[in-house]
Amino acid sequence: MKVLVTVKEVAEAADDFEISGIEIEEGYLEYDLNEWDDYAIEEAVQLSEQRDDVETVGVTIGPERSEETIRMALAKGIDRAVRVWDDAIERQDLLDVDAKARLLEAVVEAEDPDLVLSGVQANDDSFGATGVALARQLGFQWAAVVNRMELSDDDTIANVRRELEGGVEELTEIDMPAVLTIQTGINEPRYASLRGIRQAQSKEIDVQSLDDLGLGEEAVEGELDLTSMYEPVSESDAEIFEGDPDETAGKLAAVLQEKGVGAQ
Amino acid sequence: MSAVLAVADHRRGALRDVSFELLAAGRELADALGGEFHVAVIGGDVESFAEELNREGVDVVHTVDEGEEFNHDVYVQAVEALCEEVDATAILSPNSVNGLDYAPAVANGLSIPLVTDAIALAYEDGLEVTREMYGSKVETTVEVDDDRFFVTIRSGEWPAVEGRGDASIEPFEFELDESAVGSRVQGFEEVGEGDVDISDADVLVSVGRGIEEEENLEIVEALADALDATLSASRPVVDNGWLPKNRQVGQSGKVVSPEVYIAVGISGAVQHVAGMKGAKTIVAINTDPNAPIFDIADYGIVDDLFEVVPELTEQFE
Repeated sequence: MKVLVTVKEVAEAADDFEISGIEIEEGYLEYDLNEWDDYAIEEAVQLSEQRDDVETVGVTIGPERSEETIRMALAKGIDRAVRVWDDAIERQDLLDVDAKARLLEAVVEAEDPDLVLSGVQANDDSFGATGVALARQLGFQWAAVVNRMELSDDDTIANVRRELEGGVEELTEIDMPAVLTIQTGINEPRYASLRGIRQAQSKEIDVQSLDDLGLGEEAVEGELDLTSMYEPVSESDAEIFEGDPDETAGKLAAVLQEKGVGAQ
Repeated sequence: MSAVLAVADHRRGALRDVSFELLAAGRELADALGGEFHVAVIGGDVESFAEELNREGVDVVHTVDEGEEFNHDVYVQAVEALCEEVDATAILSPNSVNGLDYAPAVANGLSIPLVTDAIALAYEDGLEVTREMYGSKVETTVEVDDDRFFVTIRSGEWPAVEGRGDASIEPFEFELDESAVGSRVQGFEEVGEGDVDISDADVLVSVGRGIEEEENLEIVEALADALDATLSASRPVVDNGWLPKNRQVGQSGKVVSPEVYIAVGISGAVQHVAGMKGAKTIVAINTDPNAPIFDIADYGIVDDLFEVVPELTEQFE
């Protein structure tokens, strides 16, 4: 069977940063593999280790810089990688959910996987919607916020556990092919080994343009425009203790003792 | 007529609180659009749910008597059919785990834009949605360039509507295409039962990502011991397997309301805050002065937890 994993390189803002227009200034951003996707990669790699008929393919939508991230997926054991990029994508300041789903749909049609794994959300734009939209676009089944998955022996059913709010989990069976969006905590993502990293450097990444995918520019024209970005106004009225650690700890201890904390 | 259609969330026989907040967001948007406000409840005891949802500002409650629990295939079909029936301009749902399990499919199926996790809505010539990015470090506004849209709303951002309303309650029937139902809910499991119940504790010392390594947990354990407090954690600590799931505070863990909550190395992501904002006194120890935990804290120390926590422990020993 074939498992496709969607991987996103996300930008993380430093503790202190500046905004210029509708972007955080580049110097304050660090790029990394999206945390949720790391768990999706691990789930796919574990599946390929448990069985000998599994091929895993990572797909990312991103500029050349993001090859570093998709190579991380290769270093962790994903077999092949596809990167989708195009000038028309670059021109979008916010690629909307349906545009992402259309791009990924074209890759899924070319690859024909039995299972697509995707992180629940991306930590930069936090839409949390691409996986389910992709499933609908493909006519696949799906499950969102999955923290356990087991496939039936004949690969026709995925038994999943969905993490609901308040410590309740839902057990559901899903017909395959399916898209599952993976929650953190489902497994323990591995670190890439030095050998894995070296091998990943020499692997070819299959770069696909809109044209290659048989799509026109209209495929990425969305209906959402980012119009402003600002730092939220802090509503804090916290009393902040100042001083060296022994002073601040002393002041806090006095407050806590006043509230009866630590009194046996 | 531009109707707003909001879809309530319920689970195991009870409407979820966010459903009543959804009523506030929906009425607000319906007023801005100059249209009616319709609410749908799908599955479960729809009649009693409809009675509960008949609150101030609701024009119509549609009951869809189909199944007991949430099933995304049923929700997708029902919402699409209802959307056509009431000619909805806007569809709203909670940005809940179940909301995120069907809203993207409906928006995709209807070819309308979706904006998730809204914290504010404004409508003049078009819809403008306020939402956060980069792990709550920035707020953004997003303009929707379409006259129909689906928006999911974050819980805790609108007040719950309380007053009784005079909505008409209308059963909605549609022909469910069984062949398109490809998922079956088999049951539910409670997680996090274990040796301690953190929701019972008067004082919680809660540890987050800032602790960096499992070995470092010792220093917060020592603090919890010295304070005679219970140890809890935010999600990353539990995801790493350093503490069991029954210690997790947050949206997907336990909701706690102790007398004193000491957040050590916890930035205060919205999912975490949802689980602990009911604490009477909140103390935060974090190196980042802009960490959102300080927005809700009563007392704070902006410093390295590895320096402060042992000092604090010493004060109580």
